[in-house]
Amino acid sequence: MLLRHTSKEIVERKSLTVNPAKTCQPIGAMYASLGIHGCLPHSHGSQGCYAYHRSTLTRHYKEPVMAATSSFTEGASVFGGQANLLQAMDNIFTIYNPDVIAVHTTCLSETIGDDVPQIFGKAKTDGKIPEGKYVLHANTPSYVGTHVTGFANMTKAMVDYFAKQNGHKENRINIIPGWVEPSDMKEIKRIAGELGIDFIMFPDTDNVLNSPQTGKFEMYPKGGVTIDELISTGSSSGTVALGELASGPAARALDSKCKVPCKVLDLPIGIKATDRFVDTLRKMAGVNVPESINIERGQLIDIVTDMQAYFYHKKVALVGDPDQLIALTEFLVSIDMMPIHILTGTKDKKFEKKILSLTEEMPHDVNVKSGGDMYLFHQWVKNEPVDLLIGNTYVKYIARDEDIPFIRYGFPILDRIGHSYFPMVCYRGAMRFLEKILDALMNRIDRDSSEIEFDLVM
Amino acid sequence: MEALSKKRIDEEKVSLDPDEFIDPETLKLEILSKYPPKVARKKAKQIIVNRKETEEKYPEIQANVRTVPGIISQRGCCYAGCKGVVMGPTRDIINLTHGPIGCGFYSWLTRRNQTDPSTTPDGHNFMNYCFSTDMEDKEIIFGGEKKLRAAIQEAYDIFKPKMISVFATCPVGLIGDDVHAVTREMEEKLGITIFGFSCEGYKGVSQSAGHHVANNGLFQHVIGLDNTVKDGDYRVNLLGEYNIGGDAFEIERILNKCGITIISTFSGNSSVDFFANSHTADLNLIMCHRSINYVAEMMEKKYGIPWFKINFLSAGAMSQSLRKIAEYYGEQKLIDRVEEVIAEEMPAVEKAQAEVRPRLEGKLAMMFVGGSRAHHYQEMFREMGMIPFCAGYEFAHRDDYEGRQVLPNLKVDADSRNIQELDVEKDPERYNPRISIEELEALERNSIKLRDYEGMMTDMPSGTIVIDDISQYETERLLETYKPAVFCAGIKEKYSVQKHGIPMKQLHSYDNGGPYAGYRGAINFYHEIDRMVNSKVWDHIKAPWEKSPELAARYTYE
Repeated sequence: MLLRHTSKEIVERKSLTVNPAKTCQPIGAMYASLGIHGCLPHSHGSQGCYAYHRSTLTRHYKEPVMAATSSFTEGASVFGGQANLLQAMDNIFTIYNPDVIAVHTTCLSETIGDDVPQIFGKAKTDGKIPEGKYVLHANTPSYVGTHVTGFANMTKAMVDYFAKQNGHKENRINIIPGWVEPSDMKEIKRIAGELGIDFIMFPDTDNVLNSPQTGKFEMYPKGGVTIDELISTGSSSGTVALGELASGPAARALDSKCKVPCKVLDLPIGIKATDRFVDTLRKMAGVNVPESINIERGQLIDIVTDMQAYFYHKKVALVGDPDQLIALTEFLVSIDMMPIHILTGTKDKKFEKKILSLTEEMPHDVNVKSGGDMYLFHQWVKNEPVDLLIGNTYVKYIARDEDIPFIRYGFPILDRIGHSYFPMVCYRGAMRFLEKILDALMNRIDRDSSEIEFDLVM
Repeated sequence: MEALSKKRIDEEKVSLDPDEFIDPETLKLEILSKYPPKVARKKAKQIIVNRKETEEKYPEIQANVRTVPGIISQRGCCYAGCKGVVMGPTRDIINLTHGPIGCGFYSWLTRRNQTDPSTTPDGHNFMNYCFSTDMEDKEIIFGGEKKLRAAIQEAYDIFKPKMISVFATCPVGLIGDDVHAVTREMEEKLGITIFGFSCEGYKGVSQSAGHHVANNGLFQHVIGLDNTVKDGDYRVNLLGEYNIGGDAFEIERILNKCGITIISTFSGNSSVDFFANSHTADLNLIMCHRSINYVAEMMEKKYGIPWFKINFLSAGAMSQSLRKIAEYYGEQKLIDRVEEVIAEEMPAVEKAQAEVRPRLEGKLAMMFVGGSRAHHYQEMFREMGMIPFCAGYEFAHRDDYEGRQVLPNLKVDADSRNIQELDVEKDPERYNPRISIEELEALERNSIKLRDYEGMMTDMPSGTIVIDDISQYETERLLETYKPAVFCAGIKEKYSVQKHGIPMKQLHSYDNGGPYAGYRGAINFYHEIDRMVNSKVWDHIKAPWEKSPELAARYTYE
């Protein structure tokens, strides 16, 4: 057994986290920063932070993940990191020539109390920020919140630093996609395009973390939101923010800073959440939904109609991030599946309530926890087995020990490809989700059915 | 080993097309000209065009110094070296990270250390778990010792481990949590071995500081706990082998076949039970000099165990190392057995070499990893007929480049001074010099150099390039200038190199491969490099219309 020390008996733990279902803020900030065009993310802390974040993002995307660090040593930890950050900015602009440096803090620089805006001020005075170049920062102490918070903070920083009102409202919509994959961002853009809407998406990692093999390395790939676009977000007519935790803060900041009204929706995972997303876009932009989108939606419903027998009332255990889990739970319930264990490592007061209300009419008890860990999640599964597990790569240890079909979904996925290229959001993404669910469940039927029962046509 | 290496240097000329060849010194100046003056002055001492001044003296390189902020280096932190590298591969200890969640999360199962728990009777294996105190803001403000104490208690109550170690992360050092006081207190309370590491990420200049901290902790708290002497005619410890991709299993197979018993490996496929009586071994064999030489030195001082450097990467180095061990023991039985084993293993190796050589001969390889592998893998590439043209370490010290004779001249800077040097004395009861002065002298005459490591640069021909702590910019310039057939580094570098259309082999985690040590490992590695370099994928990068874009008319039909 891989997790041989995990027992069925659940003992309350107050101080020990075992097998976390979350990681720290800065990696989320680094991921969001990569969604700015020509941006070099910068970790203001010791080298280990950026090395770990780059490694994890690299393993997840199998793409170059460029970033720099302030390389704190013991001296910097005592005297503060100003000199390190100033030198870093000088070196970065001289050697690597990005358009933007996006600085995020770490537990180290936050505990010391480094004041990044003050250091930026000094850099400007000293002429360390060349003409036409930009810097921004987000405070992302690792001991507060999780990777999702870090993503939200850096996305909000894009608004705080750049969004400007130009005096009148343009007929254009801001879309904040939340912490989803480059493929998902691309799909959301495609849907907005189908609706014929003028929009700005930020951050946007499409064409950054799914870049093509051309034989030529581009340190700053084609994708990403530009600074000009970020400035223009302040004069858009509205904002659609997807995912309360990841996108809510930026959307509200844009509202209070530039009076751009916002709608904060669930991530468009599954039928109902995508319906709300399309409906909101339609109303906000004042357009009609084209037939092409009705066809996609109809195809999704068609699969649900045809294949119900294979997933009806199947029990599922989900672990991941709140925004994803809320939308996914709604999706699974809406197609008569039964998500019975739902756990996130991120603490979120509304999460448990929301999940319980989504699963209220489901004919089964539900275990739900925010701020839990995968050790507890595994114990739940041991106590009440399920037909399907959905979570990041670490769940494969549970899947193998318990011999349960498993779909990789979430962050990080370290052992499979696909997430950067093929979306899981909107109608087509839901079709792919269903395909994965059906593959997992039906492969199991094929594996486990006797020779007598083995079916050709399913 | 030494004699052969020297001979190779003389025979081997770096054979590049003279018309296209860019002189390394010219490239060095070009690279430096890109840097701000202060950075250029520092990097000038870290980019060295190797030359043999005399047989003994190689050019000086600056190493183990601070990375310039903003330069984009490969390096990680002290915690990564201590928890991730040295302590991570041990299966039956609970490694508890005291800090915010990230550090524990990122070092959870990401290094591909394999382990076989069936070889320890209790079957404990905590390697698939991640344990953390998950510090939050209230602990940063009010201190985290209370939570640490409670976390140790909970870990003990739930998992009943034999041993627990605690790793301090950056904020722990700043807020002043005393991991040593808490672990001492909990050790007394619970009656199992519990100890802490002050491996805050900001300590030192790289992972190297963490290796040293880990070595000290193992030596103070684990080695010597159990005086049981295990059976075996030739009883060795293997130091600095972490069983990435199963390397240690292949080494165990070969040593066992020769009749050599491994008492403990530090720390691939290891158990704390093996560490506990490792002081009863006859001999310490050092694989990765950088990460573990401290333990070898301290064990020699305290227990009288001699050590020497070996290398089990590449078939040639494997055979030479086996012969060196046999020669050290000096018993005909072992000498003969080693020759039999080599004779048995080599035909398959030679067959594989002959197969790949025509496709790889004369091609350039570059390797920038670790504290030893950038050296060890050079022999492997030579066995395929390839030329290791540029190499460097991520976190090594000068002795790993130039050899241990530079040790007396090393300046101890502020960053190194922060890492504790233990005062080690002879153990009053257990000190037992395994070898007499006369025998020692005899061995030196037979060219077995005890306590020695000649370093990487002695093994590299004149005109090759050595870079310490290579930057992203330097990496790109090397790739563009020399277009190597293969580049070796770590995961962070992997895909930027491959986007250049150049295959990139990870020599930290081995990608998905391994073992590469020993004879079977060498065969695996030859095939791996052959696959990467000669893959059809490199032909597909340009679409047909990109290859011949001139035709752009279209047929029209009236």
